[in-house]
Formats: sequence, C-alpha cells, structure tokens
Amino acid sequence: MGVEVLAISTDSRFSHKVWHEVELSKMVEGGIPFPMLSDQGGRIGAVYGVYDEEAGVNIRGRFIIDPDGIIQAMEVLTPSVGRNPDELIRQLQAFQHVRATKGAEVTPSGWQPGKPTLKPGPDLVGKVWQVWKVE
Amino acid sequence: MAQEIDSCVKPAAGPLIPEATAAPAISAGVRPMLPLARVGKEAPDFEASAYIPGEGFKNVKLSDYRGKWVVLCFYPGDFTFV
Repeated sequence: MGVEVLAISTDSRFSHKVWHEVELSKMVEGGIPFPMLSDQGGRIGAVYGVYDEEAGVNIRGRFIIDPDGIIQAMEVLTPSVGRNPDELIRQLQAFQHVRATKGAEVTPSGWQPGKPTLKPGPDLVGKVWQVWKVE
Repeated sequence: MAQEIDSCVKPAAGPLIPEATAAPAISAGVRPMLPLARVGKEAPDFEASAYIPGEGFKNVKLSDYRGKWVVLCFYPGDFTFV
C-alpha cells in the first residue's frame, strides 16, 4: 500500500529495543518493520492531543497523514481497548482512492475497494439513492 | 567515517512548531503545548529519537516522510498488555 508506520510512546529508545527483542519479535515473525519513536515527556503527544498528564503516557491515538503532510483521519481510544487494523486499512484504501481521483470520486459509508464510489456534483444532489444502496 | 557515539542521552527536538503558531511563552523556556492536530490540517512536525529494528538508534523527523502516506500510532507503553 506504500504506507509508512511510525509507532510512538513515552518509553525510551532503549526500552523499545528490549521490548522488540524479548516480546514483539516473538509475536511477529521477523520482528516489526517500522521505527519505534520515543516521546519522553509527552511533548509530541500533547501537540497531537493524546498525552494523558495524570498517567504520564500517550493514549491510543492513530493519525493517517497523506503525502502532503495533511492529517486525513484520527482515531483516539482509551488504553484498555485495542485498535482494529482492518478498519485502518479500509480507511487508507479509501483515502488513497479519493486522492488518486483528485477528489472527483468520494467513498460512501462502509466502502471497500471495488464497490461503487460517488461522483459529487450538482447532478448527484437528491439522487444518491439511485446509485448507492445501504447493504 | 568515525562511528557515531550513541550515549545515554540523545537530544531530539520534539515538536517543531513555527513560532507564529506556538502559544506565547509564559516564562523563558516554558511554552504550553496546545493540541494542534486537526483533520484536514497539516500534521505538526516533530523530531524524536527512535529505535529502528534492524538498523539501531536514529532520530526521526515526521517531515522526512513527506511524499509518503504515514500512519502515526501513539500507544501507552512498551510491555503493556493490549
């Protein structure tokens, strides 16, 4: 998909290395293929609105950033619930499709690759029901 | 080329916020960090120290990834359960 992942927490880079060696590399064959960034002090998390000052950690915030450096999506969860990578991938596919059409096509609710898109414009007003159905 | 020494402490700039958009300093060296991340707006740039599996330690800047799709994933901590 041509996407770079950056993981970031308030841990040190040394902690990242040991966690990768003793646990992550045993969960994922070959280890994880992306950089693990250190945000000690939570200054970066604060700017992204995900730093919990009472706990001193960054909560689960996920940002999709396009090739122009624009944030296209964000999702923030409290720590106890993990994320759904399938939905992340679906959103990436949708944003990449919209970008490839330079915005001429947009993706309706629940869109998956291969499903119909919408072409926004005056002719579509009031007629979405003709070209797209709730599944 | 001499090997770069990676000691206990490696400074990284953290948020790289243009002066114009940063909140005014209350006292020297103290600047409250306000959330700046918004959908449809430029992702606030930053520099962080990093561990890159297979490569080692390196400082990483978000703006180095311009031209690529990036998923930036914050998480509470190494060795947590979820």
